[in-house]
Amino acid sequence: MTALVIAEHDHATVKPATLNTVTAALACGGDVHVLVAGANAAEAGKAAAQIAGVAKVIVADSPSLAENLAENVAAQVLAIASSYSHILFPSTANGKNVAPRVAAKLDVAQISDITKVDSPDTFERPIYAGNAIATVQSADPIKVITVRTTGFDAAAATGGSAAVETAEGVADSGKSSFVGREVTKSERPELTAAKIIVSGGRALGSAEKFTEVMAPLADKLNAGLGASRAAVDAGYAPNDWQVGQTGKIVAPQLYIAAGISGAIQHLAGMKDSKVIVAINKDEEAPIFSVADYGLVADLFTAVPELVKAL
Amino acid sequence: MKVLVPVKRVVDYNVKVRVKSDGTGVDIANVKMSMNPFDEIAVEEAVRLKEKGVVTEVIAVSCGDAKCQETLRTAMAIGADRGILVETTEELQPLAVAKLLKALVDKEQPQLIILGKQAIDDDANQTGQMLAALADLPQATFASKVEVAGDKATVTREVDGGLETVSLTLPAVITTDLRLNEPRYVTLPNIMKAKKKQLDTFKPEDLGVDVKPRLKTLKVSEPPKRGAGIKVPDVATLVDKLKNEAKVI
Repeated sequence: MTALVIAEHDHATVKPATLNTVTAALACGGDVHVLVAGANAAEAGKAAAQIAGVAKVIVADSPSLAENLAENVAAQVLAIASSYSHILFPSTANGKNVAPRVAAKLDVAQISDITKVDSPDTFERPIYAGNAIATVQSADPIKVITVRTTGFDAAAATGGSAAVETAEGVADSGKSSFVGREVTKSERPELTAAKIIVSGGRALGSAEKFTEVMAPLADKLNAGLGASRAAVDAGYAPNDWQVGQTGKIVAPQLYIAAGISGAIQHLAGMKDSKVIVAINKDEEAPIFSVADYGLVADLFTAVPELVKAL
Repeated sequence: MKVLVPVKRVVDYNVKVRVKSDGTGVDIANVKMSMNPFDEIAVEEAVRLKEKGVVTEVIAVSCGDAKCQETLRTAMAIGADRGILVETTEELQPLAVAKLLKALVDKEQPQLIILGKQAIDDDANQTGQMLAALADLPQATFASKVEVAGDKATVTREVDGGLETVSLTLPAVITTDLRLNEPRYVTLPNIMKAKKKQLDTFKPEDLGVDVKPRLKTLKVSEPPKRGAGIKVPDVATLVDKLKNEAKVI
């Protein structure tokens, strides 16, 4: 029994989501291999070989894998899939994009967004935006899985010494091509990797106020900056800041929610945070029902005061 | 150009579901059901493409029990031209739905299939990608902008850390994200008109598809409850608690 982890990487380094996925793969019980499918990705391959618990790294290098096109990455995974009992992807935009293609081609069910491995064929996963947890059993010969990274600790990034092999890269499918990318430039930590996150809601009232009030707090704490769906829908914050069922699922050490009422869909994205602070002037706001520390106050005075006090 | 738009009937997004006390599932008896919100965005996008003259026919498809007809009528009230119901009382998992849709793609030969990125009940986020793989089509998931010209679709996707644009050769599969559009409200005259539109029904057997579930749900339970903590009177107390009690800053 061997599990294959599909690495999330930028060709030079391995992204943290890979580390949590390795932990989930180890919980499946067998050896763990990591596939680095990329272009000029030898450095990412070396980094993957350092991850504690990994027995083997396979680097597939091809120009067709430069931009994570789902058609090509799925074909690369399928080229080696038959040797594995489990194939695990992190539940990132890339992982979610590719995994179902692999499962369908193997004619197996996919188990999405697992938060726990009960046994090699039984897994727990949230449904209905985290309002229920389903325990599901798969009878398929290969389990194709996406891993909710907040459900598993990160494996140590160093200490391993896996063998690195190379696999022949697949040809381009010819059916899709990469046009461009608009990366949100930010000095702040990425939401899914941040130790502290400060999030703002619709109460901020405008994009200008959002930045004016929330950014100093994020800077002071070296925190990631998040937002509720209501704030994103109102145009106060970009979509990739959205925390919730339809945005990012986060579990930082500290989550500070300012002016967020706490809709179910927002709570689904942050309720696994270690410590939650809520600042809201409505003392009936649902966010207080999950907050370790609640402060009933106007965020426009409380947040600047907090920045000063830190 | 034909567009196929698969739509799913799900528990309305405003309903907070309850786990059944025997742990067999969630209680959906007597709760409001609606079209999956991401699928509604898919129907709207297809209808807008028709209004722009890019598309000639919008076909809505739903898989499930007879009540999915309501969901199809909603799609037709938004502007879909006709509906197809694949009727079964069997529990349908994403792989089975993808196979049913593949059979309909073979039959109808659409140039585009637009559907929601995930359903808000099982939160699987699989069907579109699975359909694309089974039909050997290119895909663009999590779309926030779609442009169709000639035999290409240019799609902007919401990805981690920003946006990405890909170009697909048609036919292709697109899954929708929240910001693609805001679906219109359906008007009463359009609801009346939708009732007269064509709705065909098939059984999975008619399409030669085995829909038997592959995953067995052993139990469904409540998520671990997170208790409410304490209210602090002021910012100074909050900072003190974070530093000395929680030790997170």
